[in-house]
Amino acid sequence: MRLLRIVPDDTTFDFMRFRRISFPISALLSIVALVAFLTLGLNFGIDFKGGTLLEVRYPASSLNMGDVRSKLEALDLGEVQIQAIGNDGEVLIRIAQQPGGEQAQQAVVGRVRAALGEGVEYRRIEVVGPRVSQELLSYGIVGLMLAVLCILIYLWFRFEWQFALGASIANFHDIVLTIGFMAIFRIDFDLTSVAALLTILGYSLNDTIVIYDRIREMLRRYKKMPTDELLNQSINSTLSRSVITHVTVTLALLALVLFGGRAIHSFSVTMMFGVVLVGTYTSIFIASPLLIYLGVSTRAIAEKQEKEAKAAKSKAERVTP
Amino acid sequence: MLYFSKWKALAILAVSAIICLMIVPSLLSTSAYDSLPHVLQRKIVLGLDLQGGSYIVLQVEAADLRKARLEQLRDDARRVLRDAKIGYSGLNIQGDAVQVRLRDPQDGDAALTQLRTLVAPIGGPMSTSGQMDSTVSLSGDAITLAPTDAGIQARTIQAVAQSIEIIRKRIDQLGTTEPSIQRQGSDRIQVQVPGLQDPSRLKALLGQTAKLTFRLVDTSMSAQQALQGRPPVGTEVLNSQDNPPVPYLVEQRVLVAGEDLTDAQPSFDQQTREPVVTFRFNTNGARRFAEATQANVGKPFAIVLDNKVISAPVIREPILGGSGQISGSFTVQQANDLAILLRAGALPVPLQVVEERTVGPGLGADSIRAGLIASLVGAAAVALFMIATYGLFGVVAVVAVAINVGMIFGVLAMLGATLTLPGIAGVVLTVGIAVDSNVLIYERIREEARAGRSAISAIDAGFSRALATILDSNITTFIAAAVLFYIGSGPVRGFAITFGIGIITTVFTAFTLTRLMVAVWVRWRRPQHVPI
Repeated sequence: MRLLRIVPDDTTFDFMRFRRISFPISALLSIVALVAFLTLGLNFGIDFKGGTLLEVRYPASSLNMGDVRSKLEALDLGEVQIQAIGNDGEVLIRIAQQPGGEQAQQAVVGRVRAALGEGVEYRRIEVVGPRVSQELLSYGIVGLMLAVLCILIYLWFRFEWQFALGASIANFHDIVLTIGFMAIFRIDFDLTSVAALLTILGYSLNDTIVIYDRIREMLRRYKKMPTDELLNQSINSTLSRSVITHVTVTLALLALVLFGGRAIHSFSVTMMFGVVLVGTYTSIFIASPLLIYLGVSTRAIAEKQEKEAKAAKSKAERVTP
Repeated sequence: MLYFSKWKALAILAVSAIICLMIVPSLLSTSAYDSLPHVLQRKIVLGLDLQGGSYIVLQVEAADLRKARLEQLRDDARRVLRDAKIGYSGLNIQGDAVQVRLRDPQDGDAALTQLRTLVAPIGGPMSTSGQMDSTVSLSGDAITLAPTDAGIQARTIQAVAQSIEIIRKRIDQLGTTEPSIQRQGSDRIQVQVPGLQDPSRLKALLGQTAKLTFRLVDTSMSAQQALQGRPPVGTEVLNSQDNPPVPYLVEQRVLVAGEDLTDAQPSFDQQTREPVVTFRFNTNGARRFAEATQANVGKPFAIVLDNKVISAPVIREPILGGSGQISGSFTVQQANDLAILLRAGALPVPLQVVEERTVGPGLGADSIRAGLIASLVGAAAVALFMIATYGLFGVVAVVAVAINVGMIFGVLAMLGATLTLPGIAGVVLTVGIAVDSNVLIYERIREEARAGRSAISAIDAGFSRALATILDSNITTFIAAAVLFYIGSGPVRGFAITFGIGIITTVFTAFTLTRLMVAVWVRWRRPQHVPI
């Protein structure tokens, strides 16, 4: 049986030269993402904004959007979004947080129920009060920062500081781009989005570390090789793995996007963007070339090892009388 | 790397098989599950988003508690001073304290001694903390009584504990299976009730304080007059629960309260066939109710629930038997729920609903189906791709991943963890990432073979080099999952659990099963070249 081979053996792409294109592109995209985030803002879901979300289903073909809209508008609940989803008579209703504290939020569901009348199936009801939404938001932000910090510390222990810093910059880049993507495409930003961001973070790092591991190995083995050639070789020799893993993760995510249901749709789409489009690109074109600027070089490593060897030797001399 | 002793191989297989088998109890019917020995009674719990149900967070308001405490302090101070015959000119609540102005500054010390009896150590007289629940201080002719923050906090904690008991009693009456009621933080209660058709009923049962009182109606003036002018001392105007509400002028003095009820049941009125709630008092309540009705025949009395008048019947004859009925044009369900509330007792403080998430059973079933289809499609696609890319080694990877997924569910069952829809997504994602460990190993083997090693030596080196990388890369992903578990709740935590477990099982299968399978193959075929 002939096996599928996506990446040929012994590729010799010059990834390091590509950094002259990839760095400006990334800088530009990051700025676009930041601008989108600052001007459009994130489309906060009720987890972080508070308010009420109802998913209702009307029996076969009895859904009249105009009717639903006028009934709800008559309630005078402030900002109300009504959106038909699918073709099964399902409607998603989002109602902004009501003035008047926790109790006011609770009254909303009762009033909507009364207005829509009998014969409607309530598939989902979520009410988040002002206090809880505030807390969830701060938990989310703290969590993200905590994760970045923990990972940074781990990398610092496990690798040289340059690698830890390079991975963190790459990481930050991933999160910025993903947040920009969510701002531009108005994807609901809620607790599941924080989960998606953290997973993207974890996955992208996973990918970066595989390449870094190889770079570190090569640095130890080829002390005379020019740094950019060494980085290129490291990326090229792990390229086949990067691409194959990329395909398997894409396949798994594609299944989630297509069949995973609406409840996790924004999660799946965000992951698709973050992992498939950004994550792998970052590892190859950002995280690895960054090492050059951070002062990783074959010579530096060689000097360090020499010094260590000398220190060990002199120590040994001192110990033996 | 490729040598396994018989025992080691057996141990690996046994551990994997046992963990996978832990999922069996979750698949059994309820009766079969219950007949299992206790050690094996561990199963995966479906999250509310999959089986449908309500998640409600209630909060005790510290501000309400402080207000109630201040009112109590004021009333107690009035009683104590009156009993000691100490004259005062003003007694009221100012900000976070109660202030008393004495008529005669000479009484200062006497008043102070009396009022100090109101202060109690936190945690009861046996407590060793030495902290008091309030402070008393004298300056000039004014005495200030202020509850301490620690005192309020202790009361909050106590109120939460009492509320949990009462909520449990109320929910148990609904007859749902496995409700979970837990404290969350210091002032919140988290209630999870699976499989409920109508959450509004649950919320109505939780949101009511259910403080029931029987009081006399003041007939010296009409409620309208009282509203326009000034209600007589010791009375207040309360509305009925009708629409539009009817006001009643009711005495503040309570004849009998809900605490004195021993039973309450829904029933039907003999004559009108209307749903009513019948109740019975305990001895103390029955005596007081008998005395009060004897003295007030012909006058109306009000049955008040949470400051709303349910009904105000006229006392036709003394009620001596200690039982009675409440009618208030209820529906059958309202009568039923009121009986539940009265039986369970009143909450010590009003609770606020601060968060509610309900998933109907229809959506839950749809989510299970969607999760299942996504998992199967995702797994099949990944499996096909792996076999197309690596042939026999691809089959090894697929077997390893299948056992990996089995082990994820096995560990979930062992922990009694909750499976949510994002949790299923975590499994699907693990499938995508788990094969990465195989990809890393295989690609490394190919590289080593290209570098001129013999097949067996390349396989050996491939494993030993790739495993270090696998460990490194998975630890970072695990950190992200751990943080997610720590900050998340509900469905998000479900994702963190499966994702985190998936990382551990992935490392385990890469280090043991994949290696074992390849080792067996190498020993059997003695390959001359690497088949990938």
